[in-house]
Amino acid sequence: MNDIWEGIVQALQLVYTLNPDLIEISVRSLKVTLSALALSAIIALPLAAVLAVKRFKFRRTIIALLNALMGLPPVVVGLLVYILLSRSGPFGVLDLLYTTTAMVIAQTIIITPLITSIAHQSLRELWSEYHDLLISMNTSHSQRIKTLLWDARRALLTASLAGFGRAIGEVGAIMVVGGNIDNATRVLTTAIALETSKGDFALALALGFVLILIAVVLNLGTHWLSKTESEGRW
Amino acid sequence: MFPLIAENLVVEFKGQRILGPIGLNLSKGDIAVILGPNGSGKTTLLKSLHGIIKIKHGAISWSCPKSESMAKQMFVFQSPVMLRRSVFENLTYPLTLCKTPKAEINRLADEWVSRISLKEVIHIAATRLSRGEKQKLALARALITKPEMLFLDEPTASLDGKTTLEIEKLLQNCAENGTTIMMSTHDIGQAKRLAKNILFLNKGKLESTQPAQTFFREPMSNNASKFIAGDIVE
Repeated sequence: MNDIWEGIVQALQLVYTLNPDLIEISVRSLKVTLSALALSAIIALPLAAVLAVKRFKFRRTIIALLNALMGLPPVVVGLLVYILLSRSGPFGVLDLLYTTTAMVIAQTIIITPLITSIAHQSLRELWSEYHDLLISMNTSHSQRIKTLLWDARRALLTASLAGFGRAIGEVGAIMVVGGNIDNATRVLTTAIALETSKGDFALALALGFVLILIAVVLNLGTHWLSKTESEGRW
Repeated sequence: MFPLIAENLVVEFKGQRILGPIGLNLSKGDIAVILGPNGSGKTTLLKSLHGIIKIKHGAISWSCPKSESMAKQMFVFQSPVMLRRSVFENLTYPLTLCKTPKAEINRLADEWVSRISLKEVIHIAATRLSRGEKQKLALARALITKPEMLFLDEPTASLDGKTTLEIEKLLQNCAENGTTIMMSTHDIGQAKRLAKNILFLNKGKLESTQPAQTFFREPMSNNASKFIAGDIVE
Protein backbone atom coordinates (compact mmCIF):
# COMPACT_ATOMS: atom_id res chain seq x y z
CA MET A 1 0.00 0.00 0.00
CA ASN A 2 2.90 2.26 0.90
CA ASP A 3 4.42 1.68 -2.53
CA ILE A 4 1.19 2.75 -4.19
CA TRP A 5 1.07 6.04 -2.28
CA GLU A 6 4.74 6.64 -2.97
CA GLY A 7 4.09 5.86 -6.60
CA ILE A 8 1.22 8.35 -6.79
CA VAL A 9 3.26 11.07 -5.06
CA GLN A 10 6.28 10.40 -7.26
CA ALA A 11 4.11 10.35 -10.39
CA LEU A 12 2.65 13.73 -9.46
CA GLN A 13 6.15 15.08 -8.76
CA LEU A 14 7.46 13.78 -12.08
CA VAL A 15 4.57 15.31 -13.98
CA TYR A 16 4.59 18.57 -12.00
CA THR A 17 8.32 19.11 -12.45
CA LEU A 18 8.12 18.02 -16.11
CA ASN A 19 10.92 15.54 -15.53
CA PRO A 20 12.99 15.50 -18.76
CA ASP A 21 13.45 11.71 -18.74
CA LEU A 22 9.75 11.16 -18.24
CA ILE A 23 8.88 13.59 -21.02
CA GLU A 24 11.37 11.93 -23.39
CA ILE A 25 10.07 8.41 -22.65
CA SER A 26 6.43 9.48 -22.83
CA VAL A 27 6.91 11.31 -26.13
CA ARG A 28 8.70 8.28 -27.56
CA SER A 29 5.89 6.00 -26.36
CA LEU A 30 3.33 8.20 -28.02
CA LYS A 31 5.36 8.55 -31.23
CA VAL A 32 5.80 4.79 -31.57
CA THR A 33 2.20 3.95 -30.69
CA LEU A 34 0.59 6.66 -32.82
CA SER A 35 2.79 5.76 -35.79
CA ALA A 36 1.79 2.10 -35.44
CA LEU A 37 -1.83 3.13 -35.04
CA ALA A 38 -1.76 5.32 -38.16
CA LEU A 39 -0.13 2.57 -40.22
CA SER A 40 -2.52 -0.01 -38.89
CA ALA A 41 -5.59 2.15 -39.52
CA ILE A 42 -4.49 2.73 -43.13
CA ILE A 43 -4.36 -1.05 -43.62
CA ALA A 44 -7.17 -2.23 -41.32
CA LEU A 45 -10.07 0.13 -42.04
CA PRO A 46 -10.22 -0.25 -45.83
CA LEU A 47 -9.59 -4.00 -45.42
CA ALA A 48 -12.51 -4.25 -42.99
CA ALA A 49 -14.74 -2.35 -45.42
CA VAL A 50 -13.74 -4.58 -48.35
CA LEU A 51 -14.47 -7.66 -46.25
CA ALA A 52 -17.90 -6.25 -45.40
CA VAL A 53 -18.88 -5.21 -48.91
CA LYS A 54 -17.24 -7.62 -51.35
CA ARG A 55 -17.87 -11.32 -51.71
CA PHE A 56 -14.85 -13.31 -52.85
CA LYS A 57 -13.19 -16.66 -52.36
CA PHE A 58 -11.52 -17.20 -48.96
CA ARG A 59 -13.32 -14.14 -47.51
CA ARG A 60 -14.67 -16.13 -44.58
CA THR A 61 -11.27 -17.73 -44.03
CA ILE A 62 -9.62 -14.31 -43.90
CA ILE A 63 -12.22 -13.09 -41.37
CA ALA A 64 -11.71 -16.19 -39.21
CA LEU A 65 -7.95 -15.78 -39.45
CA LEU A 66 -8.10 -12.12 -38.44
CA ASN A 67 -10.31 -13.00 -35.48
CA ALA A 68 -7.82 -15.67 -34.44
CA LEU A 69 -4.91 -13.25 -34.82
CA MET A 70 -6.53 -10.82 -32.37
CA GLY A 71 -5.01 -12.94 -29.64
CA LEU A 72 -1.57 -13.01 -31.24
CA PRO A 73 1.09 -13.36 -28.50
CA PRO A 74 3.18 -10.16 -28.66
CA VAL A 75 6.42 -11.91 -27.71
CA VAL A 76 6.05 -14.25 -30.67
CA VAL A 77 5.44 -11.26 -32.96
CA GLY A 78 8.53 -9.64 -31.47
CA LEU A 79 10.54 -12.79 -32.13
CA LEU A 80 9.36 -13.01 -35.75
CA VAL A 81 10.12 -9.35 -36.41
CA TYR A 82 13.47 -9.82 -34.69
CA ILE A 83 14.35 -12.73 -37.01
CA LEU A 84 13.23 -10.76 -40.08
CA LEU A 85 15.22 -7.67 -39.11
CA SER A 86 18.32 -9.34 -37.65
CA ARG A 87 21.56 -9.12 -39.64
CA SER A 88 21.10 -12.65 -41.00
CA GLY A 89 17.39 -12.05 -41.74
CA PRO A 90 15.87 -11.01 -45.10
CA PHE A 91 15.56 -7.36 -44.02
CA GLY A 92 18.83 -7.22 -42.06
CA VAL A 93 20.32 -4.89 -44.63
CA LEU A 94 17.88 -2.19 -43.55
CA ASP A 95 19.58 -2.10 -40.13
CA LEU A 96 16.30 -1.53 -38.30
CA LEU A 97 16.74 -3.79 -35.31
CA TYR A 98 16.82 -1.93 -31.97
CA THR A 99 15.24 1.15 -33.48
CA THR A 100 11.84 2.73 -32.91
CA THR A 101 10.94 1.75 -36.51
CA ALA A 102 11.24 -1.91 -35.57
CA MET A 103 8.98 -1.23 -32.58
CA VAL A 104 6.43 0.43 -34.86
CA ILE A 105 6.51 -2.58 -37.21
CA ALA A 106 5.93 -5.03 -34.35
CA GLN A 107 3.08 -2.98 -32.89
CA THR A 108 1.47 -2.59 -36.31
CA ILE A 109 1.46 -6.36 -36.76
CA ILE A 110 -0.08 -6.84 -33.32
CA ILE A 111 -2.91 -4.30 -33.60
CA THR A 112 -3.89 -4.60 -37.27
CA PRO A 113 -5.95 -7.81 -36.83
CA LEU A 114 -7.60 -6.34 -33.74
CA ILE A 115 -8.65 -3.09 -35.47
CA THR A 116 -9.72 -4.96 -38.62
CA SER A 117 -11.92 -7.40 -36.71
CA ILE A 118 -13.64 -4.78 -34.56
CA ALA A 119 -14.08 -2.45 -37.55
CA HIS A 120 -15.40 -5.28 -39.71
CA GLN A 121 -18.06 -6.08 -37.11
CA SER A 122 -19.40 -2.51 -37.20
CA LEU A 123 -19.14 -2.18 -40.95
CA ARG A 124 -20.90 -5.50 -41.54
CA GLU A 125 -23.88 -4.34 -39.49
CA LEU A 126 -23.98 -1.01 -41.29
CA TRP A 127 -23.68 -2.73 -44.66
CA SER A 128 -26.69 -4.95 -43.92
CA GLU A 129 -28.63 -1.74 -43.19
CA TYR A 130 -27.40 0.10 -46.31
CA HIS A 131 -27.15 -2.84 -48.72
CA ASP A 132 -30.38 -2.42 -50.68
CA LEU A 133 -30.19 1.37 -50.73
CA LEU A 134 -26.64 1.56 -52.05
CA ILE A 135 -27.25 -1.18 -54.61
CA SER A 136 -30.43 0.59 -55.75
CA MET A 137 -28.46 3.81 -56.23
CA ASN A 138 -26.10 2.00 -58.57
CA THR A 139 -23.07 2.90 -56.48
CA SER A 140 -19.62 1.57 -57.31
CA HIS A 141 -17.66 -0.58 -54.84
CA SER A 142 -15.42 2.34 -53.95
CA GLN A 143 -18.42 4.62 -53.34
CA ARG A 144 -19.96 1.98 -51.05
CA ILE A 145 -16.71 1.60 -49.13
CA LYS A 146 -16.29 5.37 -48.77
CA THR A 147 -19.90 5.74 -47.58
CA LEU A 148 -19.53 2.96 -45.02
CA LEU A 149 -16.21 4.26 -43.71
CA TRP A 150 -17.60 7.77 -43.32
CA ASP A 151 -20.92 6.81 -41.75
CA ALA A 152 -19.30 4.35 -39.34
CA ARG A 153 -16.50 6.74 -38.42
CA ARG A 154 -17.36 6.85 -34.73
CA ALA A 155 -17.42 3.07 -34.44
CA LEU A 156 -14.14 2.97 -36.36
CA LEU A 157 -12.68 5.48 -33.95
CA THR A 158 -13.57 3.13 -31.11
CA ALA A 159 -11.88 0.27 -32.98
CA SER A 160 -8.79 2.43 -33.42
CA LEU A 161 -8.79 3.38 -29.75
CA ALA A 162 -8.89 -0.32 -28.84
CA GLY A 163 -5.80 -0.72 -31.05
CA PHE A 164 -4.18 2.26 -29.34
CA GLY A 165 -4.88 0.75 -25.93
CA ARG A 166 -3.30 -2.53 -26.93
CA ALA A 167 -0.26 -0.84 -28.50
CA ILE A 168 0.55 1.65 -25.76
CA GLY A 169 0.38 -1.06 -23.12
CA GLU A 170 2.46 -3.53 -25.13
CA VAL A 171 5.83 -4.59 -23.72
CA GLY A 172 6.86 -8.06 -24.95
CA ALA A 173 7.40 -7.43 -28.65
CA ILE A 174 8.93 -3.98 -28.34
CA MET A 175 11.32 -5.20 -25.67
CA VAL A 176 12.55 -7.90 -28.06
CA VAL A 177 12.88 -5.71 -31.18
CA GLY A 178 13.66 -2.39 -29.44
CA GLY A 179 16.01 -3.64 -26.77
CA ASN A 180 14.93 -1.03 -24.17
CA ILE A 181 17.96 1.15 -24.91
CA ASP A 182 18.17 4.32 -22.83
CA ASN A 183 17.65 7.51 -24.84
CA ALA A 184 16.93 5.44 -27.94
CA THR A 185 14.20 2.85 -27.67
CA ARG A 186 13.06 3.02 -24.06
CA VAL A 187 9.34 3.63 -23.74
CA LEU A 188 6.98 3.75 -20.76
CA THR A 189 6.17 0.03 -20.64
CA THR A 190 9.76 -1.15 -21.04
CA ALA A 191 10.89 1.43 -18.47
CA ILE A 192 8.29 0.09 -16.03
CA ALA A 193 9.56 -3.46 -16.59
CA LEU A 194 13.13 -2.30 -16.01
CA GLU A 195 12.35 -0.35 -12.80
CA THR A 196 10.34 -3.29 -11.46
CA SER A 197 13.22 -5.67 -12.09
CA LYS A 198 15.52 -3.20 -10.29
CA GLY A 199 13.11 -3.18 -7.33
CA ASP A 200 12.23 0.51 -7.68
CA PHE A 201 8.49 -0.04 -7.37
CA ALA A 202 7.67 3.57 -6.64
CA LEU A 203 9.23 4.80 -9.88
CA ALA A 204 7.70 1.88 -11.78
CA LEU A 205 4.30 2.80 -10.37
CA ALA A 206 4.84 6.45 -11.17
CA LEU A 207 5.58 5.56 -14.78
CA GLY A 208 2.53 3.28 -14.73
CA PHE A 209 0.29 6.11 -13.57
CA VAL A 210 1.66 8.36 -16.30
CA LEU A 211 0.94 5.61 -18.83
CA ILE A 212 -2.65 5.31 -17.62
CA LEU A 213 -2.99 9.09 -17.64
CA ILE A 214 -1.84 9.32 -21.28
CA ALA A 215 -4.23 6.55 -22.35
CA VAL A 216 -7.21 8.06 -20.52
CA VAL A 217 -6.55 11.64 -21.66
CA LEU A 218 -6.14 10.57 -25.28
CA ASN A 219 -9.34 8.48 -25.17
CA LEU A 220 -11.37 11.22 -23.53
CA GLY A 221 -9.94 13.85 -25.86
CA THR A 222 -10.81 11.80 -28.92
CA HIS A 223 -14.35 11.17 -27.70
CA TRP A 224 -14.79 14.85 -26.91
CA LEU A 225 -13.49 15.95 -30.29
CA SER A 226 -15.62 13.46 -32.20
CA LYS A 227 -18.69 14.33 -30.10
CA THR A 228 -19.43 10.65 -29.49
CA GLU A 229 -22.58 10.06 -27.43
CA SER A 230 -23.81 13.62 -27.95
CA GLU A 231 -27.46 14.08 -28.91
CA GLY A 232 -28.36 13.34 -32.48
CA ARG A 233 -25.05 11.70 -33.30
CA TRP A 234 -24.18 8.10 -33.97
CA MET B 1 -34.93 3.91 -72.05
CA PHE B 2 -38.51 2.64 -72.45
CA PRO B 3 -40.26 0.29 -72.90
CA LEU B 4 -39.22 -1.94 -70.01
CA ILE B 5 -39.85 -5.51 -71.10
CA ALA B 6 -39.71 -8.53 -68.83
CA GLU B 7 -39.96 -11.97 -70.43
CA ASN B 8 -40.48 -15.21 -68.53
CA LEU B 9 -39.09 -13.64 -65.41
CA VAL B 10 -38.46 -16.23 -62.69
CA VAL B 11 -37.04 -15.68 -59.21
CA GLU B 12 -36.06 -18.54 -56.94
CA PHE B 13 -34.94 -18.60 -53.34
CA LYS B 14 -33.07 -21.65 -52.06
CA GLY B 15 -34.35 -23.70 -54.99
CA GLN B 16 -37.97 -22.69 -54.45
CA ARG B 17 -39.76 -20.58 -57.04
CA ILE B 18 -41.15 -17.45 -55.42
CA LEU B 19 -42.01 -15.47 -58.53
CA GLY B 20 -42.88 -16.16 -62.14
CA PRO B 21 -42.84 -16.86 -64.90
CA ILE B 22 -43.87 -13.27 -65.50
CA GLY B 23 -44.02 -11.20 -68.66
CA LEU B 24 -44.77 -7.48 -68.71
CA ASN B 25 -44.29 -4.37 -70.74
CA LEU B 26 -44.02 -0.90 -69.20
CA SER B 27 -44.23 2.20 -71.37
CA LYS B 28 -42.95 5.69 -70.70
CA GLY B 29 -45.24 7.84 -68.54
CA ASP B 30 -47.09 4.88 -67.06
CA ILE B 31 -48.13 4.67 -63.42
CA ALA B 32 -48.35 0.93 -62.87
CA VAL B 33 -49.62 -0.20 -59.50
CA ILE B 34 -49.04 -3.75 -58.30
CA LEU B 35 -51.80 -5.15 -56.13
CA GLY B 36 -51.96 -8.49 -54.40
CA PRO B 37 -52.15 -10.19 -51.02
CA ASN B 38 -49.18 -10.52 -48.65
CA GLY B 39 -46.52 -12.85 -49.99
CA SER B 40 -47.77 -12.61 -53.55
CA GLY B 41 -44.36 -11.40 -54.78
CA LYS B 42 -44.93 -7.64 -55.17
CA THR B 43 -41.66 -6.63 -53.52
CA THR B 44 -39.74 -9.40 -55.29
CA LEU B 45 -41.08 -8.27 -58.66
CA LEU B 46 -40.12 -4.64 -58.04
CA LYS B 47 -36.66 -5.53 -56.73
CA SER B 48 -35.94 -7.94 -59.56
CA LEU B 49 -36.99 -5.39 -62.20
CA HIS B 50 -34.72 -2.83 -60.56
CA GLY B 51 -31.85 -5.31 -60.29
CA ILE B 52 -31.56 -5.65 -56.51
CA ILE B 53 -32.66 -9.30 -56.67
CA LYS B 54 -31.07 -11.60 -59.22
CA ILE B 55 -33.43 -13.42 -61.54
CA LYS B 56 -33.10 -17.16 -62.11
CA HIS B 57 -34.55 -17.29 -65.64
CA GLY B 58 -35.92 -14.90 -68.21
CA ALA B 59 -34.82 -11.46 -69.31
CA ILE B 60 -35.34 -7.85 -68.38
CA SER B 61 -34.57 -5.36 -71.09
CA TRP B 62 -34.61 -1.61 -71.49
CA SER B 63 -34.12 0.15 -74.82
CA CYS B 64 -30.70 1.35 -73.64
CA PRO B 65 -27.64 -0.36 -72.12
CA LYS B 66 -28.05 -1.63 -68.54
CA SER B 67 -25.51 0.79 -67.06
CA GLU B 68 -27.37 3.70 -68.61
CA SER B 69 -30.78 2.48 -67.45
CA MET B 70 -29.51 1.86 -63.90
CA ALA B 71 -28.36 5.45 -63.65
CA LYS B 72 -31.84 6.69 -64.56
CA GLN B 73 -33.90 4.70 -62.07
CA MET B 74 -34.50 4.96 -58.35
CA PHE B 75 -36.13 2.79 -55.69
CA VAL B 76 -38.05 3.80 -52.56
CA PHE B 77 -38.34 1.07 -49.94
CA GLN B 78 -41.26 0.25 -47.69
CA SER B 79 -39.13 0.95 -44.61
CA PRO B 80 -37.15 4.08 -45.46
CA VAL B 81 -33.41 3.51 -45.22
CA MET B 82 -31.71 6.57 -43.79
CA LEU B 83 -27.98 7.10 -43.98
CA ARG B 84 -26.47 8.02 -40.62
CA ARG B 85 -26.22 11.60 -41.74
CA SER B 86 -28.21 14.81 -41.56
CA VAL B 87 -31.40 15.43 -43.53
CA PHE B 88 -29.41 17.61 -45.95
CA GLU B 89 -26.72 14.98 -46.48
CA ASN B 90 -29.30 12.25 -47.02
CA LEU B 91 -31.20 14.35 -49.50
CA THR B 92 -28.14 15.30 -51.51
CA TYR B 93 -26.36 11.94 -51.33
CA PRO B 94 -27.29 10.84 -54.90
CA LEU B 95 -26.12 14.22 -56.21
CA THR B 96 -22.74 13.87 -54.53
CA LEU B 97 -22.36 10.44 -56.13
CA CYS B 98 -22.59 11.97 -59.58
CA LYS B 99 -20.36 14.90 -58.57
CA THR B 100 -22.97 17.63 -59.02
CA PRO B 101 -21.54 21.15 -58.45
CA LYS B 102 -21.98 22.42 -54.88
CA ALA B 103 -24.09 25.43 -55.87
CA GLU B 104 -26.51 23.19 -57.75
CA ILE B 105 -26.65 20.77 -54.79
CA ASN B 106 -27.56 23.61 -52.43
CA ARG B 107 -30.19 24.97 -54.81
CA LEU B 108 -31.87 21.58 -55.25
CA ALA B 109 -31.67 20.81 -51.53
CA ASP B 110 -33.35 24.15 -50.73
CA GLU B 111 -36.08 23.46 -53.25
CA TRP B 112 -36.76 19.90 -52.04
CA VAL B 113 -36.71 20.51 -48.27
CA SER B 114 -39.36 23.16 -48.86
CA ARG B 115 -41.43 20.77 -50.96
CA ILE B 116 -41.38 18.08 -48.29
CA SER B 117 -41.72 20.58 -45.41
CA LEU B 118 -38.47 19.61 -43.68
CA LYS B 119 -36.72 22.98 -43.93
CA GLU B 120 -36.71 23.46 -40.15
CA VAL B 121 -34.92 20.17 -39.54
CA ILE B 122 -32.48 20.20 -42.46
CA HIS B 123 -29.39 19.89 -40.27
CA ILE B 124 -30.56 17.31 -37.74
CA ALA B 125 -29.84 13.59 -37.98
CA ALA B 126 -32.25 11.94 -40.42
CA THR B 127 -32.66 8.97 -38.09
CA ARG B 128 -34.44 11.28 -35.63
CA LEU B 129 -37.28 12.04 -38.03
CA SER B 130 -40.70 10.42 -37.72
CA ARG B 131 -41.51 7.53 -40.06
CA GLY B 132 -43.63 9.73 -42.30
CA GLU B 133 -40.89 12.36 -42.51
CA LYS B 134 -38.32 9.69 -43.28
CA GLN B 135 -40.47 8.35 -46.10
CA LYS B 136 -40.92 11.84 -47.56
CA LEU B 137 -37.17 12.34 -47.34
CA ALA B 138 -36.52 8.97 -48.99
CA LEU B 139 -38.88 9.92 -51.83
CA ALA B 140 -37.31 13.35 -52.23
CA ARG B 141 -33.84 11.72 -52.24
CA ALA B 142 -35.00 9.48 -55.07
CA LEU B 143 -36.62 12.31 -57.03
CA ILE B 144 -33.87 14.92 -56.62
CA THR B 145 -31.93 13.35 -59.51
CA LYS B 146 -35.02 13.46 -61.77
CA PRO B 147 -35.08 9.72 -62.50
CA GLU B 148 -36.88 8.46 -65.59
CA MET B 149 -38.11 5.40 -63.70
CA LEU B 150 -39.21 5.21 -60.09
CA PHE B 151 -39.96 1.99 -58.23
CA LEU B 152 -41.80 2.25 -54.90
CA ASP B 153 -42.52 -0.60 -52.52
CA GLU B 154 -45.62 0.26 -50.49
CA PRO B 155 -44.39 3.81 -49.89
CA THR B 156 -47.29 4.83 -47.67
CA ALA B 157 -47.72 1.66 -45.62
CA SER B 158 -48.67 2.53 -42.01
CA LEU B 159 -48.57 6.28 -42.65
CA ASP B 160 -51.38 8.65 -41.67
CA GLY B 161 -53.78 10.15 -44.21
CA LYS B 162 -52.10 13.55 -44.35
CA THR B 163 -48.64 12.16 -45.06
CA THR B 164 -50.08 9.67 -47.55
CA LEU B 165 -51.72 12.54 -49.41
CA GLU B 166 -48.47 14.56 -49.42
CA ILE B 167 -46.60 11.57 -50.87
CA GLU B 168 -49.27 10.94 -53.48
CA LYS B 169 -49.08 14.61 -54.53
CA LEU B 170 -45.31 14.29 -54.96
CA LEU B 171 -45.80 11.16 -57.04
CA GLN B 172 -48.46 12.74 -59.25
CA ASN B 173 -46.22 15.73 -59.71
CA CYS B 174 -43.22 13.66 -60.75
CA ALA B 175 -45.40 11.60 -63.11
CA GLU B 176 -46.57 14.83 -64.74
CA ASN B 177 -42.91 15.75 -65.18
CA GLY B 178 -42.27 12.57 -67.13
CA THR B 179 -41.17 10.01 -64.53
CA THR B 180 -42.55 6.53 -65.08
CA ILE B 181 -43.74 4.92 -61.86
CA MET B 182 -44.18 1.33 -60.77
CA MET B 183 -45.33 0.84 -57.21
CA SER B 184 -46.90 -1.74 -54.97
CA THR B 185 -49.62 -0.98 -52.46
CA HIS B 186 -52.24 -2.62 -50.27
CA ASP B 187 -54.35 0.50 -50.37
CA ILE B 188 -57.07 0.06 -53.02
CA GLY B 189 -58.09 3.70 -52.65
CA GLN B 190 -54.54 4.74 -53.44
CA ALA B 191 -54.46 2.47 -56.48
CA LYS B 192 -57.69 4.09 -57.70
CA ARG B 193 -56.28 7.58 -57.14
CA LEU B 194 -52.91 7.01 -58.80
CA ALA B 195 -52.85 4.06 -61.19
CA LYS B 196 -53.06 4.11 -64.94
CA ASN B 197 -52.54 0.35 -65.08
CA ILE B 198 -52.95 -2.35 -62.47
CA LEU B 199 -50.92 -5.53 -62.19
CA PHE B 200 -52.56 -8.13 -59.96
CA LEU B 201 -50.18 -10.65 -58.43
CA ASN B 202 -51.09 -13.79 -56.52
CA LYS B 203 -48.78 -16.57 -55.33
CA GLY B 204 -45.94 -15.26 -57.49
CA LYS B 205 -48.01 -15.23 -60.69
CA LEU B 206 -49.24 -12.21 -62.60
CA GLU B 207 -52.97 -12.95 -62.81
CA SER B 208 -53.99 -9.80 -64.65
CA THR B 209 -52.67 -6.63 -66.23
CA GLN B 210 -55.41 -4.14 -66.98
CA PRO B 211 -56.02 -0.40 -67.23
CA ALA B 212 -57.04 0.79 -63.76
CA GLN B 213 -60.61 1.73 -64.62
CA THR B 214 -61.25 -1.62 -66.30
CA PHE B 215 -59.59 -3.52 -63.46
CA PHE B 216 -61.89 -2.04 -60.85
CA ARG B 217 -64.98 -2.45 -63.09
CA GLU B 218 -64.32 -5.87 -64.59
CA PRO B 219 -61.34 -7.61 -63.03
CA MET B 220 -59.97 -10.46 -65.11
CA SER B 221 -59.47 -12.95 -62.31
CA ASN B 222 -61.66 -14.23 -59.49
CA ASN B 223 -58.92 -13.53 -56.98
CA ALA B 224 -58.72 -9.91 -58.15
CA SER B 225 -62.51 -9.58 -57.67
CA LYS B 226 -62.20 -10.96 -54.16
CA PHE B 227 -59.27 -8.63 -53.42
CA ILE B 228 -61.20 -5.56 -54.59
CA ALA B 229 -64.21 -6.65 -52.55
CA GLY B 230 -62.01 -6.95 -49.48
CA ASP B 231 -62.44 -10.72 -49.23
CA ILE B 232 -59.64 -13.10 -48.27
CA VAL B 233 -57.66 -14.25 -51.30
CA GLU B 234 -56.36 -17.81 -50.90
